[in-house]
Amino acid sequence: MKIIVGVKRVLDYNVKARVKADKSGIELANVKMSMNPFDEIAVEEALRIKEAGHADEVIVVSIGSLQSQETIRTGLAMGADRGILIQTDELIQPLAIAKLFKHVIEKESPGLVILGKQAIDGDNNQTGQMLSALTGMTQATFASKIEFDGDAGDALNVTREVDAGLESIRVALPCIVTTDLRLNEPRYAKLPNIMKAKKKPLEIVPVADTGVDIASKLSVVEVNEPPGREAGIMVDSIAQLVDKLRNEAKVI
Amino acid sequence: MNTLIVAEHEDCELRPATLSVVAAARAIEAGEIHLLIAGQDLAAVGDSAAAIDGVDKVLVADDAAYAHSLAADLSALVVSLAEGYSHILFAETAGGKSVMPRVAALLDVAGISGISRVVAPDTFVRPIYAGNALATVKSEDAVKVLTVRPTSFDPVAATGGSAAIEPVATAETDERVSFIGQALSDSDRPELTSADIVVSGGRGMQNGENFSMLDEIAVKLNAAVGASRAAVDAGFVPNEYQVGQTGKVVAPNLYLAVGISGAIQHLAGMKDSKVIVAINKDEEAPIFQVADYGLVADLFEALPELSAALDG
Repeated sequence: MKIIVGVKRVLDYNVKARVKADKSGIELANVKMSMNPFDEIAVEEALRIKEAGHADEVIVVSIGSLQSQETIRTGLAMGADRGILIQTDELIQPLAIAKLFKHVIEKESPGLVILGKQAIDGDNNQTGQMLSALTGMTQATFASKIEFDGDAGDALNVTREVDAGLESIRVALPCIVTTDLRLNEPRYAKLPNIMKAKKKPLEIVPVADTGVDIASKLSVVEVNEPPGREAGIMVDSIAQLVDKLRNEAKVI
Repeated sequence: MNTLIVAEHEDCELRPATLSVVAAARAIEAGEIHLLIAGQDLAAVGDSAAAIDGVDKVLVADDAAYAHSLAADLSALVVSLAEGYSHILFAETAGGKSVMPRVAALLDVAGISGISRVVAPDTFVRPIYAGNALATVKSEDAVKVLTVRPTSFDPVAATGGSAAIEPVATAETDERVSFIGQALSDSDRPELTSADIVVSGGRGMQNGENFSMLDEIAVKLNAAVGASRAAVDAGFVPNEYQVGQTGKVVAPNLYLAVGISGAIQHLAGMKDSKVIVAINKDEEAPIFQVADYGLVADLFEALPELSAALDG
């Protein structure tokens, strides 16, 4: 069985996002970029499934500019077998991303696709669900545990993080899983593996060659800074705090 | 053209987020507001949905197939009803987030996640980058399919309406997915995302047992208990306590952050709270930059004192 993992190059999670002066978006020039943290978890899970003998190939797929090759190489250094970059310099939205993933799935026929539940730039949380709807593969979002079900190994038991706690569902393969934070702790790539990753196959497919229409009817009008909070005050004691909350803020 | 809201319910009660989604629908002002409820044994839920102020019609899909709101089944149902609607709205909850993008993809339109403001019927504001920026987006799709951030819209009144209730047919279901079980937190407390007061603990709480100090205060304030990602990752409390970009977004009247340093991802989940109180022994902690009232103190001394003061 093949596993396809989606990875996205995003602003590093430790870097504070700054809105561009012309309000067109976020400043991404000369800032540290990294693999979306939820996608690292997805790569890790795919590798563990392969190491447990349930899969024989892990393919890392990214959609973006040529610089996304670095992100794919990170996945290869962690242990994935090969990479595919669907190359475009346009900022494309979840529906088009899902259609491009569908194109890859039709070529590769994976038994399992693992994506991060959301990318920490657009915070959309849509691609996995859209991909499931478009391909007809089953869906298990927000996974915190994935187990192969039974001897046949043709289904998964997935524990999902939901608002009130945890939910378990059984999904037949092929399936699209999206990862939540507590699914695993991703490994660090070791230096020899980083060197080896440079020689692993990485196919670059221009978006035009896929025949997928990436046009969107959703456009960004402008991007603004959120309103700041006014500076508060420091209190000296619990007594003063309780007094302020009762008599000034009137919230208790 | 009308607006369809896919409501969520739990234990025969509508989830409070639904009232905020109705508020967003009223701000959009696109025709009648219809509320869809899918599940099993829905008579009571249907009645309370019909009483919501501003709802014109309640559609009820009462079938065992919908007992667990499985995403594929629910999205097929919504798509089967989609004709005649210019807007299809979900709450930005685990359930809404799992279904909305499916519906959008099946209708071949963009999904719009977590709107915090309605600018016009086709233009919305939504937080991106963990709330560090607000994007204004405009949709030219025939149908706008979106999730609504419940904390950004004041809930409408749960009573005063008298909508008609209409049964709808079960749509196609997917036998390849089945519900196994759930492990939910006990619910004698207000729900985290709709509580008036939230008391949250971070890594500074040191262990899970110490959260009982927060529980004690929460009981006195009728508050929900939350936690930072650090506290959840350390295993002090279960995942459903987590407030932040990657957990739950809350905006209570009072948010009390105890032993929480204030990482960006945590602030994204609570900075829209009306009043923020921070108690931390590190006076440099970033949480103090967003706090209305800050107290530099050892929480193990401050919490018992606070608990006693609340009795007074």
